[in-house]
Amino acid sequence: MTPAALLDVQGLSLEFRTRTGVVKALEDVSFTVAKGEIVGVVGESGSGKSVAAFAIMGLLEDTARITSGAVSLSGIDLLADGRGALRDLRGREMSMIFQSPRTALNPIRTIGRQIEDVLVRHGPVARKEARGRAIEALRRVRIPDPERRCDAYPFELSGGMCQRVMIAMALACDPMLLIADEPTTGLDVTTQAVVMDLIAEIVADSRMGAVLITHDLGLAGEYCDRIVVMHAGHVVETAPAAALLARPSHSYTRQLVAATPAAAATIADLASIPGGMPDLRRDDLPYCRFEARCALREPICGAEPTPTHVVGAGHDVRCWRPA
Amino acid sequence: MTPLLEASGLARHFPVGTGRARGMLHAVDGVDLVIGRGESVGLVGESGCGKSTLARLLGRLIEPTAGALRFDGADIGGIPLRRFVGAPDRARIQMVFQDPTESLNPHFRVFDTVADPVRRLLGVRDARTIDARVARTLELVGLTGDFAGRYPHQLSGGQKARVGIARAIVVEPELLILDEPTSALDVSVQAVILHLLADLRSRLGMSYLFVSHDLEVVRLLCDRVVVMYLGKVAEAGPTAALFAAPRHPYTRSLLAAVPDPERRGPPPPRLSGSPTSPIDPDPNRCRFENRCPRAQPICATHIPELATVGAGHLAACHFAEPQPTQRET
Repeated sequence: MTPAALLDVQGLSLEFRTRTGVVKALEDVSFTVAKGEIVGVVGESGSGKSVAAFAIMGLLEDTARITSGAVSLSGIDLLADGRGALRDLRGREMSMIFQSPRTALNPIRTIGRQIEDVLVRHGPVARKEARGRAIEALRRVRIPDPERRCDAYPFELSGGMCQRVMIAMALACDPMLLIADEPTTGLDVTTQAVVMDLIAEIVADSRMGAVLITHDLGLAGEYCDRIVVMHAGHVVETAPAAALLARPSHSYTRQLVAATPAAAATIADLASIPGGMPDLRRDDLPYCRFEARCALREPICGAEPTPTHVVGAGHDVRCWRPA
Repeated sequence: MTPLLEASGLARHFPVGTGRARGMLHAVDGVDLVIGRGESVGLVGESGCGKSTLARLLGRLIEPTAGALRFDGADIGGIPLRRFVGAPDRARIQMVFQDPTESLNPHFRVFDTVADPVRRLLGVRDARTIDARVARTLELVGLTGDFAGRYPHQLSGGQKARVGIARAIVVEPELLILDEPTSALDVSVQAVILHLLADLRSRLGMSYLFVSHDLEVVRLLCDRVVVMYLGKVAEAGPTAALFAAPRHPYTRSLLAAVPDPERRGPPPPRLSGSPTSPIDPDPNRCRFENRCPRAQPICATHIPELATVGAGHLAACHFAEPQPTQRET
C-alpha cells in the first residue's frame, strides 16, 4: 500500500434495496489511487465499477446502503462527513466526467455559463471574473477559439468537443481527484485518442489522481499505471498495467484479455467467456462469484472465503488457484 | 462471374437548412463498391462519414440521389422503394441493425419477430412450415428452449442481438448488411456474437457488409476493408494488406488511434481538428486536406481519384506511395 495514497477505498460493501430483493452490488472492494497516478477500473457491465465511482463521489441513490468499509480522500473520511461537507468537496477537490457528454451538459445554457456556474459555486470566484476563468479552462483543453466557443450551446459542438467541455468543467477548480466514467464510449477512435491523450497530459502536469472506468482493457492498458479488475461486485485482481496484461493471474482476467479483439490474430483465437454474472440478489451467493463461469473451479471455491494472494510487486489476486 | 452487389457512383444528398443557409448535405458522394459472392467486406470510418447512409442505400432502405446498384447482375437501383419491398429480391438482402433494443418491436414475441419476414417476404402461409423454419433459425443463433415465447424486455442484450440476426437470416439472404451489430455489447458478449457471425457465414455461405468503427473487429471478420471519409471512399483493399501497409494518410491515423497497451511514452501524432462540413463541399478539394499531415497545394485544387496501389488495393490520395517503414512484402 502506498503511504501517500490520495484516494483510499478499504473494504467497501454496498447494497441496493429493491422490490425484488437486496442487490449486493459491492463486497469488500479495496483500491488506492496515488497522486499523479491513473488507475483503471475494468469489468463488464454490472460488475459494479460505476457504483464504486458513485459511492466515492457521494452520488448514490437513496436505495443504496453502505454496509461496511471506508473511503478517504487525502485523509478526509468521505463516508462519515455529512452531505453538506461532501457537497463542498465534490466539484472542488474531486470531480467526475460522465459517459455521453451531450446528455450530461445542460442543453439550454451556453457551455461558458455552465463552467462559470461551477467556478462560482465551488471556487472563490466572483461572477464578474468567472467568464475569463471559463475561457481559460476551455483553452486548457485545447478548444480552438475559446472566446467565441464560450457562447456556444452543447448542440452546436461535436461529441468530442462536448467531452472536452466536460473535462474543462471537471478541472476548472483544480481538483485532487478526477473520476472518468467511460469518458470515450460513443466517441470515434480518433477522437478517443485525442481526449485520452489530453486527460493523461493534464494528470501528469497537475499531479492529480485519476480513476478511469472502462470496459476496454486495451485503453486501460495504454493509459493507466495500475488496473483494478472487477467482477460481480468483487475486485478480483489488481496489478500494474503492464504486469496485468502480460501475466493475468485470475482466470476472469485471462478470459477478458483473450476476449479482446485486439489480442486475437484470427477469429478462432478470440475467446468468449461462458455464462453470465450471478444474480446478485441471491441469498446463497458463492464466496467466489466467478465460480460458475470458471474452468478451474474446485469445490472449495464456493464453500470458503476466497483468499487474496500476492503474486508479484503490487499484484494481488483474489483466487484459490492464481496462475 | 458477376459480383453479388455492385454499386457505381452511388450518392445520397440531404437538403438542410432554410433560407440563405440552405444547402445540400453530401452524406454519400459517388461511391463505387463491389461485394463478391461469399465475401465479407468491412466498412469503417468516423461517425458522420456516411457509412450508415451507405449501408442503408445498399440495403435499399432509402433511395439514392444518383448512381446505379446492381444485385446479381440485375439493376435494382431503378426499382422504386415501394415496389422493391414486394419484390423477390427484398428477401435476398437483409439487414441487422445497431441497437438490438430499439430495432425490435416491444409488442412482438421472439417468435413473431422472426416469423414476420417469412410471411411477408416469402409469402409462406402454412403454420407448420413457419414453425419449423423459425425453430431451425433460433437454433442456428443459439436461442433454444423457451425463448420463442419471450418479449424483448425479457431478454439480455446478447440475446436481443441474436434475435436481430435470426430475423435477418430466417429468409436465407445472400447478402447480410450488419450496421455496428456489436457496438452496444460487452466484450464477452461481443466475442460470442462475432463467433456466431463467423460461423453462420461459413455454414450458410452469405456475403457480409460489416459496418463498424471498431477496426479490430473488422480485422477479425472481413476479407476486405473499405475506409470512408466524408462520403467518399478513401481506401479499399484486402484486410491484411490494408492493416500492414495503409496507403491513405487517413487510414494511417485511424490505425494509429487504436489503443495500444504496449505503448509507453509520448503518443503518436494524432488527427487534429474536425472534418470539413459535408454541406456543399468544394468538388475540387480533397475532403481530408484540412487535417492531412501530408497536404500539398495540389490537394486543395484537385480531388484525388481512387487509383490502384496494389493487388486489389485502391487509395484516393495524390501521395499514396508506401511509407518507407511499412513497405509491402
